[in-house]
Amino acid sequence: MTAPSQAPKGNLRWAVSDIATIARRNLLTLIRIPISLVFAVIQPVMFVLLFRYVFGGAIRVPTGQYVNFLIPGILVQTTIFGAVGTAIGLAEDLQRGLIERFRALPMARTAVLGGRTVADLARNVLVLVVITVVGIAVGFRPHGGIGPYIEASLLMLFFAYAISWGFAFVGLTAPNSETAQAMTFPIIFPITFASSIFVPVRTMPSWLQDFARNQPVSQAADAVRGLMLGRPTGNSVWLTLVWGFGALVILAPLATMRYRKAA
Amino acid sequence: MHALDDVSLRVPRGEVFGLLGPNGSGKTTMIRILSTILAPESGSATVNGFDVVHEANAVRRSIGLAGQYATVDENLTGFENLRMIGRLNHLDRPTVKRRANELLEQFGLTDAATRNVKTYSGGMRRRLDLAAALVATPPLLILDEPTTGLDPQSRQDLWAIIEQLVEDGTTVLLTTQYLEEADRLAKQLVVLDHGRIIAQGTSQELKTRLGATVLSLNFESTDGAVRGAVLLADLAAKPANIEGTVVEYTVDGGPASAADALRRLDGAGIALAGLALREPSLDDVFLSLTGHRAEDATPGETNLDNPGKGRR
Repeated sequence: MTAPSQAPKGNLRWAVSDIATIARRNLLTLIRIPISLVFAVIQPVMFVLLFRYVFGGAIRVPTGQYVNFLIPGILVQTTIFGAVGTAIGLAEDLQRGLIERFRALPMARTAVLGGRTVADLARNVLVLVVITVVGIAVGFRPHGGIGPYIEASLLMLFFAYAISWGFAFVGLTAPNSETAQAMTFPIIFPITFASSIFVPVRTMPSWLQDFARNQPVSQAADAVRGLMLGRPTGNSVWLTLVWGFGALVILAPLATMRYRKAA
Repeated sequence: MHALDDVSLRVPRGEVFGLLGPNGSGKTTMIRILSTILAPESGSATVNGFDVVHEANAVRRSIGLAGQYATVDENLTGFENLRMIGRLNHLDRPTVKRRANELLEQFGLTDAATRNVKTYSGGMRRRLDLAAALVATPPLLILDEPTTGLDPQSRQDLWAIIEQLVEDGTTVLLTTQYLEEADRLAKQLVVLDHGRIIAQGTSQELKTRLGATVLSLNFESTDGAVRGAVLLADLAAKPANIEGTVVEYTVDGGPASAADALRRLDGAGIALAGLALREPSLDDVFLSLTGHRAEDATPGETNLDNPGKGRR
């Protein structure tokens, strides 16, 4: 089957309005389902407390205080865990028939995925603020200053935005929301835990170090951490940008194609 | 395999047009093509004068879709659902707000407007679903099995709402598995089976072809059933359907035929375990039109492979 023809071009105003409508709907859902708010905000705070006060004392890091190493890592980890919600949410919308209804509306074809990823972005901004405040309360001191902190935040939000499209693709591929959730675990665990998010990579066995040092999430964590703490970032900032752009260029069209086919 | 094969029909403006058929007959495929969700492999369709493939957005602006597959967001309130659909139809904010409140009022959902849809009953959800399809005041309303799975009271409520909409000038294309529903709402009917139109006309015409009532006789033994069927061979114009101890006739004068049958069976000394008169079901329509039951995958399979065991 070929997909029905698209909306006429040049109707950017409506596309923006449609994306905003869908984003608003997804953010309302986030507030309405207590468990999703727990995942978005409470869970990262728990991670901060757990690693700061339980595991942190046993971890030696080159940045001195472990809390300074930890908080930028938690920020990156939270945005990746949060994107799981995108996969689950889209699979649920497909399963329940909401996507069918959207497809029969004169709305922009990009709005469902656009709105979903924009809602993710908004959630990540909220997470950034909450974790920063909680972090500072438990002793996080970003010595890099305000400017680099904002740079780091923007870099992280951009990287997370690209990740959202990948998880949108996963959600559209899954037959139901349970499967979508199950499909994300083998992705998020290696990329968040076999990385420089919680511990320095050099303490891992050498075979794991090669993966952990070079994978995109470690680059993002290194870049965000370096900027926030005012330490050398090496190649990590531009590598994060390259990974982010690359992911966006590949994953956004892939998810969009999948959306057109999914029914 | 094609879900639809050589189906051609016109839906008259201002009426309810019914697509009647069992699961897998192609009703939903038809609806999905007409609402631009799916493009046809071949052939064409126009909705309100717009081509479903080349003018999909114009079609989308002129239809409202509700039913088993179109749905509402259960994490939003009733009002928020209508607002979302209104905005996605590109109505301005004041219009969306006015329409949402009007429809909530009209469908008796005002008190539930600020509650999450998750807390709604099945009937309330369907009413909200229908309201969502109507936010943009489309000239054509497409309803895919609007009452499947509803309790009798909610079904009656929904029928009354649909009738009111048609009175106010909306054209409705309706799919249903229930003859009763098609009969009550639709002026014109098409019966689909395995993606083909097997009958069309007004529901009255279809009923006349079918006979108005089903007389169902349950004999005490299969032997009695065979003897009874021979005895009552002239009871109806169409031959009886015999399954085990049950013999069914489609008759025009229900009570009179029943009395006649009882008299003659009594005279011949053939005992009955039960007797029932009922409205013809979709099954009866199918049996009458195709010779196979609505739920059969292959024509005649049940009757050939399991003689006498096909009784529901």
